[in-house]
This record gives sequence, C-alpha cells and structure tokens, in this order.
Amino acid sequence: MKPVYLRPQSMEDRITHYCPGCHHGIIHRLIGEVIDELGIRGKTIGVAPIGCSVFIYAYFKLDFVVTPHGRAPAAATGIKRSLPSDRIVFTYQGDGDLASIGLAEIIHAANRGENITSIFVNNANYGMTGGQLAPTTLLGQITTTSPYGRKIAVDGYPFHIAELMSNFKGVAYSGRFAVYDPKKIISARKAIKTAFKNQMEGKGFSIVELLSNCPINWRVSVSDSIKFVKENMEAEFPLGVFKGGE
Amino acid sequence: MSKLVIREEFCKACGICIEHCPPKVLGLSNRVNSKGYNSIELVDEEGCITCGFCYLVCPDLVIDVYKPEKKKGE
Repeated sequence: MKPVYLRPQSMEDRITHYCPGCHHGIIHRLIGEVIDELGIRGKTIGVAPIGCSVFIYAYFKLDFVVTPHGRAPAAATGIKRSLPSDRIVFTYQGDGDLASIGLAEIIHAANRGENITSIFVNNANYGMTGGQLAPTTLLGQITTTSPYGRKIAVDGYPFHIAELMSNFKGVAYSGRFAVYDPKKIISARKAIKTAFKNQMEGKGFSIVELLSNCPINWRVSVSDSIKFVKENMEAEFPLGVFKGGE
Repeated sequence: MSKLVIREEFCKACGICIEHCPPKVLGLSNRVNSKGYNSIELVDEEGCITCGFCYLVCPDLVIDVYKPEKKKGE
C-alpha cells in the first residue's frame, strides 16, 4: 500500500475543538501541509488571534504567541524584526479580529510592507461570541445583532479586505479563496504556499483571505452552510488574486 | 490493510466527505465515539478509487488514504 494522502507532520495528533463541519480544520491542515512542503517547521512562529482559532497553538508543533484582539500583525512585526531573518512569521486571524477590531494594525502592517504572512478566515460573523454582526456580514444576513438582516442604512456595506489590501504598495500578494470543494481547496493551498514563499524571498506582506462557513451560528446544516458560501458569499466576495501571483 | 485508515475518535460526523465522495462508498457507521458522534466508515472497499477527496474536504484529519500497489504484469 502506497500512501496518497497522510496528515501533515507539523500538526499535533489532537482532536480539535471546532464545531462539526467547520472550515477552520481544513485551513489548519493546509497550513500544516505547506509548512511540511517548504520544510520550515523548525523556524516558523505563528501568531494566534482572539476568536475560535485562539487555541490554534494546541494543534501545531510550532511556537505560537496569542495576542489580544486584532493585535496579531503588530506582535508579528516585533517577532519578525527582532529575530534572525530566516524565521518565518505568520498570523492566523478571523474576520472579527482582523476586519473589525484589528483593522488599524493590519492596514499599517500592510502599508509598512512588513515581511510577514497573514491568513485571514472570513466567515461573515463573530463565531466565538455567538454569531454577532461583523464588518464582513452580508447584506440581509440575519445575525444575533441584526435580527432583521443587515441593512445598509444601519450597518453599511460588507467589508472587502483582499481588495483593500491590494491597494498598498507594501503588499506583495493578496488573494481570496474558498475551501468548500476539493478543487478550491487545492488552489487555496497553492495560494498559502505562495504567501509563505514570498516571505522566504523577502518580498513583503502577503495576505490570503479564505471564505469559511459557520454552520452553528448561521443556524443551518453543514451542507446548507457550504451552499451559502458557494452561492451567497462568493457573489459578494469574488474569488481571485488581486495582487501578485505565481 | 484498508485503502482508507479512518480514525473514528476524530470524526464529528459532519458528513462533508460522504457528500463529496465521487463513487459514494462512504457512510455513517453504528459505532459511537467518545464524543458521541457516529463516525464514518468505508462501506464498499472495492468501490473506493483512492481519489483522496475525503481527505481533502475533511476538517478533522480523520482519513489517511493509501493506494494498493500494482502487481507486475497487470
């Protein structure tokens, strides 16, 4: 028997705390695969956010720093600048963390062209705190703090991070991907690999936005949540590379 | 050895792999793991084409995929 697909070596043998069907697990695995592929396990440092993924340090055989709400890019800047330049530093952030609370930090890190990698998981609500409205919530989407659906007059428009980031001169790579089917997962892995490679080559700031689901807080089944990402989220947040590329 | 090594303790029965399996050879078993989920199982060993879609879409690292090596002269 020849192995075709085996779990990444850089991941711990531990059951995750994520809800059944949550895309966080897939994104964790993609990062693990890329770290294995590039052979950078011993010199990679992750920066965890606040949110569901705050326990990411428990699932990787890597060094991790957990930062206060949204401050991951600021901490990553410090780590990257103070350690020898062969260290790889990445942040893993959700949309409440990156697009709302930590918007200043991410914009300034991008504008300075810090040589770090950001993995941004967009699931259109605040997952850990029970599904409140986030900047990335779709128009008309019902959350606990927008019980009649998101309205332009009250809450404004959904926030497009990947497009915003592509406008900064310091940004080497900005793209948006999804992980709901095998084809999309393979292209997302390629994007994450490019983002890590850019850092190894010293090209500057790279960000990969990944559309994710949240079946529990959207109050739908797993297959309906995947359908929602496919039909509604992709219509609002078009997939693609906005800056940089292969 | 089976084509799929399924770690039943890790399975949360989300069913994404069952939905994406091209030959539809995966299903939920009757066995309940310590978290209270009915884990997945390979229903039809012969029908599995080892495409690895289940590995790719699984959020919980449940499945490892192995391909049988071809015998000489086949």
